[in-house]
Amino acid sequence: MGAQLRVYRQRIKAAQTTKKITRAMELISASRIAKAQARVAASGPYSRAVTRAVSAVATYSNVDHILTTEPEKVTRAAVVLFTSDRGLAGAFSTNIIRESGELVAKLQSEGKEVVYYTVGRKAAAYFTFRRRASEQIWTGDTERPEFSRAQEIGSALVEKFVQPESEGGVNEIHIVYNRFVNSVTQIPEVIRLLPLELIEDDESADGQAFPSYEFEPDVENVLDALLPVYIESRIFNAMLQSAAAEHAARQTAMHSASDNADKLIKDYTRLANNARQSEITQQISEIVGGADALSSAG
Amino acid sequence: MADVQGEQPAAHELRVSVVSADQEVWSGAAKQIIARTMVGQIGILAGHEPILAILGAGEVRITTPTGELITAQAEDGFLSVDHDIVTIVARNASLD
Repeated sequence: MGAQLRVYRQRIKAAQTTKKITRAMELISASRIAKAQARVAASGPYSRAVTRAVSAVATYSNVDHILTTEPEKVTRAAVVLFTSDRGLAGAFSTNIIRESGELVAKLQSEGKEVVYYTVGRKAAAYFTFRRRASEQIWTGDTERPEFSRAQEIGSALVEKFVQPESEGGVNEIHIVYNRFVNSVTQIPEVIRLLPLELIEDDESADGQAFPSYEFEPDVENVLDALLPVYIESRIFNAMLQSAAAEHAARQTAMHSASDNADKLIKDYTRLANNARQSEITQQISEIVGGADALSSAG
Repeated sequence: MADVQGEQPAAHELRVSVVSADQEVWSGAAKQIIARTMVGQIGILAGHEPILAILGAGEVRITTPTGELITAQAEDGFLSVDHDIVTIVARNASLD
């Protein structure tokens, strides 16, 4: 077998093996999207109830609470990045890192110091490589987030938020995550968690304003209790969305990888056929040439 | 989990949903709810004024229109009543 032909055959083999892997990953991701989406939907009632309650309290109370009041001067802001643990998901993590870069540039131009919190091994690796400090890193369960992890992240953030500025506390919390729109679209979202930006969606959706609630024991206590609950629920929602988006991004990426492998196999098969044919042609002409030489010599 | 999406409960009934962080634990109609808030026990019947209360340790007892008693553990959460729609929200809510 000719050297060139052997090289082409090797390439075809390699592309075929890769295709098997990418096809398997594509199918796995496809099956997990539905599950991840179901979890997003299942957590919906909780986050809706929490958001509604927080909006209701914030709208109908004039108390000065850390949750709702805008600080006069923001010196430090926390940015939480939700990336994935594993790669091979297209621009999933890169998008988050790019979006957060824009956000950080904006915050810094406003004179705010930025404190990073990262979720997922991809962000952790990015930060370590660039020797950028991250206040806290959570890795290991971006594909199937548990509520306990959201609680952990939430309490770390709330602790930082209620800390006085002089001791390193932050005045703002931003989160950057991929929102799952459908299996081909995932949009990186940048949201300011705290201080609270009131979302008017609920009111318009229900067609009725919030009633003037009675609070038990009192407004301050209710707000105190709701603060961590709200943060946790938003973070949990971000984690679930991000997990669903990750599977979707991986499915898309692996689908195009399989398609590319198919194309490579096709191209190399053509080249290999060509090489084989020209090898045969060459052999024939060598034999004919040799026979001619022998007969003319004899 | 009872599905009450389609049917409208009568005016003297409460529409209750018990939700935890990752799912809706129970939803349905009820005529009375007894819960323990931070400051004491609270009983809720239809027509209760809108209230937002922080739940204390203890169980929530829901009496359905048929007289059946459902108890739920909903520590560390809150309860909201608004136009006979009662939402019991807790990180780790579960039925007994």
